[in-house]
Amino acid sequence: MNEVILQVRGMIVRYGARTILDGVDMTVRQGEIRVILGGSGSGKSTLLKGILGLTDIAGGQVSLLGQELTKLGEKERGALMQRIGVLFQNGALFGSLTVGENVALPLREHRRLPEGAIAELVRLKLAQVDLSHAENLYPSELSGGMKKRAGLARALALDPEVLFCDEPSAGLDPLTSAELDALLLSLRDRLKMTVVIVTHELASIEAVADSLIMVGGGKVIAEGPMQDVRSRGIVAVDEFFARKTKSMARQDTSVATLFGLETAKEGV
Amino acid sequence: MLPPILWGGHLRTEVQTSRDPHATLTVTEAPHSTARARALVLAGVLDAKGAGPFATQVRKRLPVKDGKLLLDLTALTAIDSAGTATLVDLWRTGKTRGFSTELQGVQPGVLQWLQEFRVTVDLPPPVALPSFFESFGDTIWSAIHALGDFIVLAADTTIGGIQSFFTPGRMRWSAYFREASLMGSQAFGIVGLITFLIGLTLAFQSAYQLRQFGAAIYVASLTAISMVREMGPLITAILVAGRSGSSITSEVATMKVGEEIDAMQVMGIPFVDFVAVPKVLAMVTMVPLLTMLADLLGILGGWIVGMVYLDIAPKPYLQKTIDALVTKDLVTGLFKSVVFAWGIALIGLYHGMGVRGGAQEVGKATTASVVSAIFFIIVADSIFSIIFYVVMG
Repeated sequence: MNEVILQVRGMIVRYGARTILDGVDMTVRQGEIRVILGGSGSGKSTLLKGILGLTDIAGGQVSLLGQELTKLGEKERGALMQRIGVLFQNGALFGSLTVGENVALPLREHRRLPEGAIAELVRLKLAQVDLSHAENLYPSELSGGMKKRAGLARALALDPEVLFCDEPSAGLDPLTSAELDALLLSLRDRLKMTVVIVTHELASIEAVADSLIMVGGGKVIAEGPMQDVRSRGIVAVDEFFARKTKSMARQDTSVATLFGLETAKEGV
Repeated sequence: MLPPILWGGHLRTEVQTSRDPHATLTVTEAPHSTARARALVLAGVLDAKGAGPFATQVRKRLPVKDGKLLLDLTALTAIDSAGTATLVDLWRTGKTRGFSTELQGVQPGVLQWLQEFRVTVDLPPPVALPSFFESFGDTIWSAIHALGDFIVLAADTTIGGIQSFFTPGRMRWSAYFREASLMGSQAFGIVGLITFLIGLTLAFQSAYQLRQFGAAIYVASLTAISMVREMGPLITAILVAGRSGSSITSEVATMKVGEEIDAMQVMGIPFVDFVAVPKVLAMVTMVPLLTMLADLLGILGGWIVGMVYLDIAPKPYLQKTIDALVTKDLVTGLFKSVVFAWGIALIGLYHGMGVRGGAQEVGKATTASVVSAIFFIIVADSIFSIIFYVVMG
């Protein structure tokens, strides 16, 4: 077994009176591609935000790369953050900087490199996501998919040990989405990167995931290696991979049934 | 729409339908209908146009408790979602009032619509509105929180600003110069023009009174003192709040909505150093300069009124102006402008940082930022007037 890269224990997140996450545990090992999945509003994005320290957690611990996140001071935190990369949902590029400058920013901030090396490094990273032609464009001039790829190039700028992606394939066409999946796989295989992805895109989960964790209603429904979890016969997991639900709209009756025009049918 | 017709105490409603202008809905009360078993015959099309009049008419003749509402739909050829919803609504009314609703002779075309739509049988209870004391308490509590957040931001930014000024390499000079040019040099025109006109008006209005006592020359001292002590700092600050305070808020709010601030945090780039400090520092250095310009142009406005309207020679007017002003006037005016600038920038940042949710929040935050910045300016100015001219004499 590879070493543990990320461990979440009993994470609780509350927004006001609503409890979003209610005691979530998760373990991610080195070199795996871990998918966090769940329906809309299941708390999967919140789990990612909690891990990254972008939302206050009401309880629980996060240990990332062997360090307890909640116990770190600002400086140590900053240093730890340089060892991870994050791809945000819409890229989160800085609007006042060009694509090239966006990718160069973490390099300028955290590395002492000559200008020429920075420029080359930026080109390397942009070529990796197939955006060489967009170096001098501003984020507002890019399409949604290009923003995402530029965001990925920036996340990869410092050669992170762990890459977090928030819905990387949402809003991408199937072709671009498949290219992104291939890139994630080669990052894992060649660069030994650990990848944590929040997504509900089935095609991409089947293509890349080594292991998964499914959250629903603020709790962990299932966690483990892909095949293992799928063979356990958990209803929510089976429904998800069968691309159909029995549970949806089950509580609702058709108007015809209401008036006794047909007998209530078992789930459609 | 044809008016509902009542036949001998029985109901008959006929309306045109929306999709097919020739189709109508006719609701007739059957001859055997009683208050215990109300029987209505629907014919035609029950759609969005007919549903309203239908519901109104039926509500006038609902069956009694434990009675029955029988709707004969044999002659109903079509229905839509509005019609379906009306039927469900009747069913619910029956459930609360204790009568049952039955549909008879439902045609296949209508049945398909009734099968397509699903309803929740037991609706969740409506969310109770918070009581007066609850919402009052919430307001106070969130105000305390907001004040706490503001103090933290103010402390972070101010301390960060002072530190980065003395730490070589930490200050983002390029960001500072970009902000300073946006807030300062590009505001010269508008601030200059407005304060020139204020000076002009001030002199003009006071001359009208002072001339009656033959004291027209005092227009010079009056304009000078009010411009330098009050009008210059105040007008400049209000203009800057509207011009740059709002743009700070919308910029930061847009960054927040686009997860850019989150991205900075995970990239280990401190927001305070990168965004907040250059803005606050640019504001604090540029507003006093703008205020000096405002003072000068206000006095210039008064001077022109003095020469043209009051026939005061240029030189005595200027002499009177210089005699009237003391160093304290200038120093207090500039000190105030520094405090105003600090407040405008922090209020702008604070409102931008507080944005949650989508793009529509950006506009709201910008408005709130300008209003609270102007409020701050006026309140701070009143306090300073008391301190400088009452307490300190």
